[in-house]
Amino acid sequence: MCGIVGLLIKKPGMRSQLGAWMLPMLVGMTERGPDSAGMAVFTEPLGGDRRKYSLYSGTGTFEWGALCRAATTGLGADSTLSVKANHAILETSADPAKVRTWIKAAFPALHVLSAGRAIDLYKDTGRPAEVAERYDFKKLSGTHLVGHTRMATESAVTPAHAHPFTAGEDFCLVHNGSLSNPYSIRRKLEPLGIAFDTDNDTEAACRFLEWRMREGDSLEAALQSGFDELDGFYTFLMGTGNELALVRDAFACKPAVIAETDEYVAISSEFRSLAKLPDIRNAKIFEPKPEEMYVWRAS
Amino acid sequence: MASLMNAMVDTPAIGATFDLATQPLRELNRFLHRDLAGTRAVRVLNPDGAHNIAVGVDAPVDVDIDGHAGYYAGGMNKQAHITIHGNTGPGVGEGMSSGAIHVKGFASVAAGASAHGGLLVIDGDASLRCGISMKGIDIVVGGSVGDYSAFMAQAGTLVICGDAGDGLGDSLYEAVIYVRGSVKSFGADAHEEPMSEADIAALGALLKAAGMSHDPKTFRRVASMRGLYHWNADANQEY
Repeated sequence: MCGIVGLLIKKPGMRSQLGAWMLPMLVGMTERGPDSAGMAVFTEPLGGDRRKYSLYSGTGTFEWGALCRAATTGLGADSTLSVKANHAILETSADPAKVRTWIKAAFPALHVLSAGRAIDLYKDTGRPAEVAERYDFKKLSGTHLVGHTRMATESAVTPAHAHPFTAGEDFCLVHNGSLSNPYSIRRKLEPLGIAFDTDNDTEAACRFLEWRMREGDSLEAALQSGFDELDGFYTFLMGTGNELALVRDAFACKPAVIAETDEYVAISSEFRSLAKLPDIRNAKIFEPKPEEMYVWRAS
Repeated sequence: MASLMNAMVDTPAIGATFDLATQPLRELNRFLHRDLAGTRAVRVLNPDGAHNIAVGVDAPVDVDIDGHAGYYAGGMNKQAHITIHGNTGPGVGEGMSSGAIHVKGFASVAAGASAHGGLLVIDGDASLRCGISMKGIDIVVGGSVGDYSAFMAQAGTLVICGDAGDGLGDSLYEAVIYVRGSVKSFGADAHEEPMSEADIAALGALLKAAGMSHDPKTFRRVASMRGLYHWNADANQEY
C-alpha cells in the first residue's frame, strides 16, 4: 500500500498556495504510507542553458559550503546553491552531462535526485509530516507537484527507494501497486545504456516511460506503450515540466480519486486526503477509469 | 455510557449527531454497536472519506452520513438504514446481511461484495467488480457499472440502469442481473435470457424500493448458462 497525491494550480496567481494546499493531502495519506515520503515540485522553468539539480546528502553532516566553493570553479561562476538540511538545489548553466560527472567524481556521497529546468525533488525516510517539516513543504510554490507516501512491499526502506523516481530531465513518477515484470523491463533497457539506481519495481516503469519519450514519443504515446509493456498493479502519477498525468491498470485495484475546480486539479489515492482543499464541496469529484489517460497541462 | 455522553444528543433516545471532524470514528461505531438504547436516528457530520463508517451495525437505526465515505462504509450491516449523502470508497456494504444502504453519489470498486442480504442502492455509477461474489443482496445501480461486475455472484439481484463494462457476470452462479443499457462483454458462462412476467414483477418491485422510475420492460435479464457447474473433461482445456 502507498499513497499518491498530485496538485496542479490552474490560476497563475494562486501558485504560491501550492505547498500549503498540498500539505494536508500528503499528511492525509500517512496511513497508506508511513515509512517514507517524497515530493516533486515543478516551478517556472529556468531560461537559457540553466538547469537545476536536487541533491541529497543522506544522514550525517555534509559540508555544503565546500560544494558551493568547488562548484564556482568546477562548473562556472554563475553556479548557485540553496540548502535545506540534507538537501540542496544546485543551479548552473554548465553542460548537464558534465555536471553529473563532476558531482560523482568530486562528491561521491551525494545523490542527484532530479535534474531539469523546472523540477525540484525531495524524498527521505520518515513519516510524511516529518519529511514535510524537514523540507518546509508548506512553503513550496509552483505550477504542479507529484507526491508520495510509501509503505514498502517489495524492496527496502531507504531514501533511494522512496518515491518519486526520476529519469532524464523534468520527469518523475510515483506508484501505488506492484509490477510483476520490472526485471524484464530492466533487461530491455540496460543494453541500451540505461542505468538503474535501485532494485525498485517503480524505477523500471519510470525509466521505461522516460526512454519512450526520449525516443520521440509524446507523453500519451509513451503511456500507451506502458499499457502494453508494464504488467502488474498500478496507479501511476507522473509529472513533466508542464503536465500532470495519471493512469491506472486494467483491474484498477489501486484507488485514485480526482477533484477539480476552477482553481486546481487535485489527485489522491483517497478522498480523505482531498477533504481539506479549498472549495472541495463544490469540486467536480470523479474516479479515473482503468487504462485511460488523464493528462492536465499547466497554463 | 461514555460515548453517549460525548455524542451531541439532539433529542434523547431519538436522535444523535457525531461530528467526525472532532470526534473519533470509534466513538461513533461504539455508540452504534452498544449504546443506541432506543436511538432511532444518527447523523454523521464531516465524514471526509474516513474508512469503516457505521460498520457492523445490528439495529433498526437510520444513519445519515453527510458527505463522502471511505472504504467499507456500512460493511457487515444488519437492519440499519444507512444513507450516504456523497460518494463512497471501495467495498460499500461489503458483507451486509439485511437493512439498506443508499449511496447518493458514486461508489468505488467492489460495492456490495460478498453480501448476503439487504438492499444497496447507488444513485450514480459503481466502479469495477460491483457485486463480486454476492450471496443474496439486491443491488440497484442508477448509473453504469465497471468491468467484472457480479463476478462469481451466487445469489441475489444486480440491477444496472446504465451500461455494464467488460466481463459482466463472469462465472455466475444463481444471482440474476438486469441491465438496461449496453453490455461491453459478457464474462464466461453468462448470457442473456428472455424476461418472464416473474422477472418484470420482481424487477419492478426492486426499482420501486430503490426509488427508480424506469420501466422494468426496458431491461434485459442476464443469468448463468450453468456450463461451469460441472467439470467437463472433454472441453478444450485452454485458459
